[in-house]
Amino acid sequence: MAALPSIMETTATVPDQPLLSVENISRLFGPEKGCQGVSFDLYPGEVLGIVGESGSGKSTLLSVLSGRSQPQDGVITYRGQQGEIIDLYSSSEAERRTLLRTEWGFVEQNPRDGLRMGVSAGANIGERLMAQGVRNYGVLRQEALDWLQHVEIDANRIDDLPRTFSGGMQQRLQIARNLVSSPRLVFMDEPTGGLDVSVQARLLDLLRRLVRELDLAVVIVTHDLAVARLLADRLMVMRRSRVVESGLTDQILDDPQHPYTQLLVSSVLQP
Amino acid sequence: MQTIIEVENLHKTFTLHQQQGVVLNVLKNISFNVGAGECVVLNGHSGAGKSTLMRTLYGNYLPASGSIRVLHQDRMFEMVGAEPRQIMAVRRETMGYVSQFLRVIPRVTCLDVVMEPALARGWAADKAAQRARQLLSRLNIPERLWSLAPGTFSGGEQQRVNIARGFMVSWPVMLLDEPTASLDEVNRQVVLDLIGEAKQAGSALIGIFHDKAAREVVADRYIDMNAQESSHAA
Repeated sequence: MAALPSIMETTATVPDQPLLSVENISRLFGPEKGCQGVSFDLYPGEVLGIVGESGSGKSTLLSVLSGRSQPQDGVITYRGQQGEIIDLYSSSEAERRTLLRTEWGFVEQNPRDGLRMGVSAGANIGERLMAQGVRNYGVLRQEALDWLQHVEIDANRIDDLPRTFSGGMQQRLQIARNLVSSPRLVFMDEPTGGLDVSVQARLLDLLRRLVRELDLAVVIVTHDLAVARLLADRLMVMRRSRVVESGLTDQILDDPQHPYTQLLVSSVLQP
Repeated sequence: MQTIIEVENLHKTFTLHQQQGVVLNVLKNISFNVGAGECVVLNGHSGAGKSTLMRTLYGNYLPASGSIRVLHQDRMFEMVGAEPRQIMAVRRETMGYVSQFLRVIPRVTCLDVVMEPALARGWAADKAAQRARQLLSRLNIPERLWSLAPGTFSGGEQQRVNIARGFMVSWPVMLLDEPTASLDEVNRQVVLDLIGEAKQAGSALIGIFHDKAAREVVADRYIDMNAQESSHAA
């Protein structure tokens, strides 16, 4: 992989201002369906994993966090690039969209939901840059070529439609499409979910590297504890719409405290 | 001698909710200090809680009560109750852990595995690679293996890769969980030399060594963990 455009030097000091602050948010569509009473701070460069079984509210929480569905209760604030504080749900729909297209990214479980299937790989990557006002064809083309290389896709596939790509390639293209605008915060919903195990390993390796080199903050939803261990710095364990336990990833997995987490961890088959 | 790590009244219990809520009191009232350049060896039978203590010190296990303070960025930092990102900063800058087991990540090469602690501190890649190559040669990992993922290596090779990784950067505190176990004579000596150099450089070392000869070479002091045993299962 070639050098990334904006490699940041890892600093020894811990950032003291959270990027995202979540206070007591709830969105319920039935008793214990959805999420409730969730609070946390996410700092620059931190990778937060949300784990739990299906129906525990992980995906609802992710859509609330990422500005896609309004919470019934609670406040989410984001600290923008210039240090400005943005109250997510009191800003307009248009402002939220802008945020999602520039400083944020969202990687869907199914790449077909996150890609534009009717346009070429290169156009998929260039879209965010064009939305930010980049008009020069040569610049767009070069960025697309660079990013194809970062995500290990052969450069001569630039003009091909995503539908001619394998599932793993589509997922990597979706990642490139999101990261091209140098976001600071990326949401991921089961990014390795639909992939074969061998393809998963490659994608995980790629994600790990990009997260570190770009110093990304990530919120990743996964039901796969091995994926969580590999990517996340810290975990929140959800059960029936509530966070039952949170902490450092290896501590949660090796010394779980809550009965449900103990059950979850002990139920995983060791290959 | 400057105190680097201070452990006070540390308790560790495990509550096994899936097994009738059995409570195990594994560590009770542990207190000790380790200074710069000192090596303290934990003594005790299997099951006495030696590894549990090491993991608790590293933040991998959650203590029930007590205090673990380490000299982190020029001040004593309390690990018990710290936020995940603070513990990660301590693990990046201050506290290293060397076990005999390598956690293999698919597709990540041997050289990259070893370099990682340096890259996490912001070293330039070429400087990190140079140091990693030196360590791998010293630990007799054949050069043809350096660009391969260690998943297919023998147990002994994986162990030595993990040791190279552990000694990649210098740590104010090093936790050594049987680093010499099952190594041949030559490699055992290399590891003992590395430990000696870390002591010379002022690291505070806490170790478990079942191998008596190794223990006698490195230990300045022993902590007896057998006293724990009577209280193990409640």
